[in-house]
Amino acid sequence: MRLLEYQGKELFRQYQIPTPKSYVAYSLNDAKKLSSKLEYPFMIKSQVAVGGRGKAGAIVKCNSAEELDIKFVELMQKKIKGEISQAILLEEAVDIKKEIYISLFLNRGKRCYSLICSTQGGVDIEDLGDNNKVIIDVPVNGMSYHIAAEAADKLHIVGDNIVAKSFMDFVMNLSKLVLEKEAELGEINPAVVLENGSLLALDAKLIIDDNALFRHPELKKYESISQPEAQAKKSGFSFVELDGDIAIIGNGAGLVMSTLDMVYDKGGKPGCFLDFGGSATSETIYESLKVISKIKRIKSILINLFGGIVKTTLVAEGIINAYKDNIIEIPVFARITGAEAEKAKEMLKNSKAKMYDSVEESIESLLSASFSRIKDK
Amino acid sequence: MTRSFDLFDTLIGKETDDDYGKKPVIVQGITGSFGSTHTRLMKSYGTNILAGVTPGKGGQQFDGIPIYNSMAEAVEKTGAKISAIFVPAPFFLNAATEALDSDIKLVVAIPEHVPILDSIKVTEYAISNDARIIGPNTPGIVVPETMKVGIMPAQPFKSGDIVVFSRSGTLMYELAYNLTLSNYGQKLCLGIGGDPINGTNLIECFEMIREKDDIRGVVVVGEIGGDAEERLAEYIINTGFSKPVVGYIAGRSAPKEKRMGHAGAIVYGQYGSAESKITSLSKANVPVAKTPSDVPLILSKKIKKG
Repeated sequence: MRLLEYQGKELFRQYQIPTPKSYVAYSLNDAKKLSSKLEYPFMIKSQVAVGGRGKAGAIVKCNSAEELDIKFVELMQKKIKGEISQAILLEEAVDIKKEIYISLFLNRGKRCYSLICSTQGGVDIEDLGDNNKVIIDVPVNGMSYHIAAEAADKLHIVGDNIVAKSFMDFVMNLSKLVLEKEAELGEINPAVVLENGSLLALDAKLIIDDNALFRHPELKKYESISQPEAQAKKSGFSFVELDGDIAIIGNGAGLVMSTLDMVYDKGGKPGCFLDFGGSATSETIYESLKVISKIKRIKSILINLFGGIVKTTLVAEGIINAYKDNIIEIPVFARITGAEAEKAKEMLKNSKAKMYDSVEESIESLLSASFSRIKDK
Repeated sequence: MTRSFDLFDTLIGKETDDDYGKKPVIVQGITGSFGSTHTRLMKSYGTNILAGVTPGKGGQQFDGIPIYNSMAEAVEKTGAKISAIFVPAPFFLNAATEALDSDIKLVVAIPEHVPILDSIKVTEYAISNDARIIGPNTPGIVVPETMKVGIMPAQPFKSGDIVVFSRSGTLMYELAYNLTLSNYGQKLCLGIGGDPINGTNLIECFEMIREKDDIRGVVVVGEIGGDAEERLAEYIINTGFSKPVVGYIAGRSAPKEKRMGHAGAIVYGQYGSAESKITSLSKANVPVAKTPSDVPLILSKKIKKG
């Protein structure tokens, strides 16, 4: 789960990481009321879970009440890298003297965390050369002032001054937050150095381990999922909405991804990814078609099911029931291997679903059907 | 990295052993619906399941298999070095720790949704005990036509001399099925798991087969997320791994910053992207197939070239 900036900053404040004064607004009315608590000029920041918001025009300066009226509404409606803002953060403008980058991320290969710091904050960390950043591997529960001091030393933030002290506090508090809340990533980019030498977190990026959420009921309130996502989750499916018109369903994340790639390679546009997991019954198929039926864009469905333990006749039954109950009307193209595949094929014969022996065949049939549908229009 | 661990020794033993292919296995969570279904399937495949553990159900039996309250008891009675864990994710940490405390050397961790910190802790503990965790979020391990510890179906697999390592379950079946159709049987198929943290990673898998002369080729099934494939490519180059290797990477068309079903399948910027993995593997002279059905053809060319 990726937290929005304002949510991350709420946690930052709980962990003694100072942030600029800011307020969340969900409407222009909110914004107008809250603006009295700040001084012009201040910043308005779109709360979308994407990187590079600055460059994408998601952060705008407001110089006056008149500007707020116009710019707030603009920002509310603006799509930032395909995402519509869920809220706008009003934040005091900060005089930036120097920017620092601090992050702690899960190093999957080494099975530990890596602390990454740079004195060239404010840019994408991937764009920084190796000379400009410090990377220190930190064992789980192994963060210490010693490591924070090592990072400060390597970045030449030295001495007994306020900057060094403030930097080390940031590193320690961010680490505490990341470990206690079980985050895969905690990133402050940038932390700005103020006139007096203390640091302020201007942005917050936190990605929490979804699988650890059961230990963190306090974070539940940050979960925001769309209606089809919610329904998929209830049924125990993995679901990702995409922007095309072909629904891709299968058993197993890797298999569905692989099918997505093959459809894409042939010029098709996947509209969603749905993995219903290991156990395919007529109910799971039925439920997954129900989730798909909520997305109006979807014009056809591709099912790739590698059976074995799964009984293919049960899958066919689920599809037939979904048509019978008018859950779906659009065509299904299916590749289902496993026990009794011939019988399943026979069952589907008089429905809008067609079954094929290979995934390649089912993709080709689906695409040629959808191309001829476009031609007919 | 522990070098003394020999996967084949632990899993099936030597051909001269009396119990070759019949090493005792304990199922943790044997009475759950998932655990019980797959205990039956494993047993009918040839796996020698000698005990199950479900706290509170000790003294009972499942399909003639005695159930114990604790791993200590089950290990004492069976001498098993292998366990398969089928408990729900929140109980995995305890189950795995108990197994390791009872001197289990190979833990096959089936559950999905295990928290990252728990996986790291268990893996560290296993390494310090000279033991191995496979998974979590894995379909398990199969030695075709001999035994399996996991949830994979039997049909795709056929005995032979190819090894498949995979981050994905169903794709492992799909790849093995394609190999089988082309008459490439498998010596071993192992799912490392779809999570960000793998108890045994791809490099450790390659280490386990590097000196095995009876393995003719390796298929590695990767996917977006993390840098396991990139690190493997480096390992292949740096250590001069000489067996023919063919790759397949799923998720080329996946959008960034979206978790594609597996907890580990997510791209941040360039970190974890399919392009990065394909480029790295190509540098290590590992061709990457575009579709699963292309793999056998590429493998045959690779094996011929030597």
